[in-house]
Amino acid sequence: MPLIPDDGLIAVVKRDCPTCVLAEPVLAELARLGALTVYTQDDPTFPGSVAAPVDDTDLGVSHRLGIEIVPTLIRRADGKDAARTYGWDRAEWERVAGFQGIGADLPAFQPGCGAKNVEPGVLERLKIRFGETGLIARRIEIGGDEDEFEAMFERGWSDGLPVVPPTEERVLRMLQGTTRDPQELVGIVPPNLQPATVEKIAINAVMAGCKPEYLPVVLAAVEAALDEPFTMHGVLATTMYVGPVVVVNGPVRRQIGMNAKGNALGQGNRANATIGRALQLVIRNIGGGRPREVDRATLGNPGKYTYCFAEDEEGSSWEPLSVERGLPRGVSAVTVFAGFGLQGIVDQKSRDPESLARSMAESLKAIHNVKLAPACDAMLVVCPEHERTFRNAGWSKARLQQELRALCEIPGDTLVAGARGIAEGGPPSLAGRMINKFRPGGLLIVRAGGGAGMFSGIIGGWSAGGAAGSLPVTKEVKT
Amino acid sequence: MTVLLDPTAERSPTSRERLPRPDSLEGLTVGLLDISKPRGDVFLDRIDQRLTERGITVKRYMKPTVAKTAPIPLRLQMGGEVNVVIEGLAD
Repeated sequence: MPLIPDDGLIAVVKRDCPTCVLAEPVLAELARLGALTVYTQDDPTFPGSVAAPVDDTDLGVSHRLGIEIVPTLIRRADGKDAARTYGWDRAEWERVAGFQGIGADLPAFQPGCGAKNVEPGVLERLKIRFGETGLIARRIEIGGDEDEFEAMFERGWSDGLPVVPPTEERVLRMLQGTTRDPQELVGIVPPNLQPATVEKIAINAVMAGCKPEYLPVVLAAVEAALDEPFTMHGVLATTMYVGPVVVVNGPVRRQIGMNAKGNALGQGNRANATIGRALQLVIRNIGGGRPREVDRATLGNPGKYTYCFAEDEEGSSWEPLSVERGLPRGVSAVTVFAGFGLQGIVDQKSRDPESLARSMAESLKAIHNVKLAPACDAMLVVCPEHERTFRNAGWSKARLQQELRALCEIPGDTLVAGARGIAEGGPPSLAGRMINKFRPGGLLIVRAGGGAGMFSGIIGGWSAGGAAGSLPVTKEVKT
Repeated sequence: MTVLLDPTAERSPTSRERLPRPDSLEGLTVGLLDISKPRGDVFLDRIDQRLTERGITVKRYMKPTVAKTAPIPLRLQMGGEVNVVIEGLAD
């Protein structure tokens, strides 16, 4: 890389910039006066009227000088900037150069152009080259003959699907999605109780396929899952099916293009898919939580690759989940719930809320086992056509909660072990009492899905729902 | 050559050497930890009975919930009171 003179005038230019071309006679004039070194960013022969422009096509000098606009004119003294201006501004150039009457034939002012060294992608590469990234994660070199995707599988970094290689450049770009310091601690990840910094989470978000603008949502999801009441260790280690289910509320859903409508819980939306996956990769890679090790799930469920969707707030008559859970309307938030799978509630005939609520309650009572109550927490995902039935009858979400609670009272006689010819069940003391399927507050309701189809769904929970096990946790999405 | 940033915690899981297994329980205090799984008490009651018959001192403990690891105060208490812990892991 060329040396930067300690004293004298420096100009940084590119041929592609009309203002640099405009200023060429001035550059030639200053060069003749013997005071100027010109660095050129794109074409080493430009400016042709200057005797020996210095090739800075690798942009090292531009980066070290912190150039943002071309042309930039700098007066150096004792190895430091004594004065600096950019664009073409005759008065400013006269001040910085210390010569009067330069560029007399030119207009007095013309704005400059963006410098090449700060173009997207270029700046990241320059920071890496000059060791200015501030990233402290261990560097792992993948040999030239090694397939980097295979190398990542072999190192155990993948959930079973290919991951995006977390190069320094990609991680730096990812970190532009947040204002948080890369070394800020977001939480301690079980089972190995290792620190999740913003940098480590960003690395895993790159691998999951996230865009930088998803990072704040990923950070909030990680923060929520690592919050003590969620009991991430237990959710991971249990033999049951569960994993963290992430529900996103607020303006960020639309800003990053999440899907809350048709196929909201299915495949095909990058934000939905990669945010949930990033959370799982954080648990796997930072925490060391891997299936058939500390993750003891008997069956698991496909949502343990990723389980993230947005609530359909637009057009809903109901409060968003985050508002129900105490955040102001209009604040972006994530809620994590220890859940699994999707059990459908098909009801294409109910046209009044009483019938539909009864229909939903019967399905809810089957979670885990019809013989078990209280069984677990659950999240009821109400499709728009079902929500419309409640809306038309003036049922708020709170009203539906209340009605479902009443409908989920079960005669204890039918729950006793052995009753109905099923050995599973509770102790004889249940007989003669009414038992509710859910603990108070154990049923969450959200609205999502396409406009056509009377198909709602139930996301079942962990048998250890509640304060002794896992509670849903809601966190605001910060920048 | 590609350079990747390590997505892991950059250390193997914290693993500690187990204490050597005692040759005999004579003179030792044995802690019985009920992890709050159903019927754990049936198993531990029987162990309690068998150890007590052999003149071994037994202390009983219980985790508040099966879903979470033992609270630190309980772990410290057991560490200070017993030489060996037996727990029932599944129902």
